[in-house]
Amino acid sequence: MERFVFLLSNGLARGAVLALFALSLVIVWRAARVVNFAQAAMAVVAVYAAFALTAASGSYWIGLLGGLLTGALLGAAVERGLMRRLPNRTPLPGMICAIGLVMVLQAGLAIAFGPQHRPMRPPFSESPIVIGGVPVLSPYNLFVLATAAAVMGALALLFAKTSLGLRLRAAAFAPETSRLLGVRVPRMATIGWTLSLATASLAALLLVPVELGLNPHSVDLLFVNAFAVAVVGGLDSPIGALTAGLGIGVLVSLVTGYVSAAAAPLAVLALLTAVLLLRPGGLFAAKEARTA
Amino acid sequence: MSALECRRLTVGYGDGAPVLDELSLDVPDGAVLALLGANGAGKTTLLRALTGLAPVGGGRILLDGADLTGLSTEDRIRRGLALVPEGRSVVAELTVEENLRLGALWRHRGPARTRAVEAAYELFEPLARRRDAAGHTLSGGERQMLALARALVAEPTVLLLDEPSLGLAPLVVAQLLGVLRDTAERTGLTVLLAEQNVTGALSIADRGMVLSLGAVVADRPAAELAADPALRRAYLGF
Repeated sequence: MERFVFLLSNGLARGAVLALFALSLVIVWRAARVVNFAQAAMAVVAVYAAFALTAASGSYWIGLLGGLLTGALLGAAVERGLMRRLPNRTPLPGMICAIGLVMVLQAGLAIAFGPQHRPMRPPFSESPIVIGGVPVLSPYNLFVLATAAAVMGALALLFAKTSLGLRLRAAAFAPETSRLLGVRVPRMATIGWTLSLATASLAALLLVPVELGLNPHSVDLLFVNAFAVAVVGGLDSPIGALTAGLGIGVLVSLVTGYVSAAAAPLAVLALLTAVLLLRPGGLFAAKEARTA
Repeated sequence: MSALECRRLTVGYGDGAPVLDELSLDVPDGAVLALLGANGAGKTTLLRALTGLAPVGGGRILLDGADLTGLSTEDRIRRGLALVPEGRSVVAELTVEENLRLGALWRHRGPARTRAVEAAYELFEPLARRRDAAGHTLSGGERQMLALARALVAEPTVLLLDEPSLGLAPLVVAQLLGVLRDTAERTGLTVLLAEQNVTGALSIADRGMVLSLGAVVADRPAAELAADPALRRAYLGF
């Protein structure tokens, strides 16, 4: 039982990071109808910026803020400088361009900083708090869960309750109709990319300190798992990203704890396959429209 | 004075012959103009060109005397144009209320926005009962009401409508056209109504204009146009 509680609580913390990163993929998909394969490479640039700022200032928090800002600005720059200029009749040019961007960014980081893993220290202890003799979440895991919950809550409020959120949703679902209502759709795409990359950068910044350390490929596995989360939840569904993220985080933790670490990716793959077979649009895919 | 003018407007797609070739028209301030013609006459292309959705090869578009020709769609809308496109284009994922608020966003702020949305519910009562329903759950008639209501909450100077009666029951069409006529009379709204439902369109219009192969072949008072059997047979098919 103790082990189960420990694995469950760790799985929730890991799942919160997965959900955040998956949410970032959902935001960019809704803004531009592109699966941004460069999301991990762009997020890792933000982590390097945070690493450099933390090293220079001695403050984790300045590094975190700088990393988020770098991610947001990179998102806006890639949308305005690259993605907007591509043909948009199919998602293929955007995806191919994103794959090219992965190669450029990762090679550039490796040239600039070297391929070695650089340790990043978390701002709080990783030792689990023991309650009634049972080890549960560490202070850092609590920080991760609280941060992820706050950011997801803020994004939910933004999208559901503000006029900017209404314009972002409308521009994503029906660009031409939105233009006919005076919505500046290209500007909404830029804001979508900015929000998406800030969110992805935050997820990466929360993950890297508890992994092997920082190198140009530190976020690759997070991207793979988060992509599975986004597909399982439904690429259009923020609620799907949250639910599937937490679910898959717990699944990976339990399989790793009770079976082996090598079996965890297989469990995710099996779940992904089952969802694609039974509900190809994802568990939270939009319902079919009325046609009469 | 003209609310909307086109001067020698040429519109085409790709390298083919232009769909509209040096077309000129005037829509007087406060008038309802029925734009009639068979399929392929160029009605939809004209409305899309006016709103910047179709490529203009030459000519000018003026709204209240101001040149719109080089402006983006969004800027034309913010200058006072509104288009209800063919196909009841509501945002299916948003609720009725959200669709209406979206229409009012750039025109109204705060309480004025809420008042504009409530006024739309008074015009179209069936929508008030379904304000929290998602667009994709609405019937065809409700969607068309929503598309029209959403255009009206922005209080445009000129309202363009592309076949609003398409696929709707006669009772719903009569209701929609009635609201349109009443609104135009009450507010002085200028309307350009592209329709294949010739009888319905001419029943509420001040003037009728017949397009054929991208050119204007008739531009007369609506009653006179409706009473011309030769023109009806030649260009309108009845």
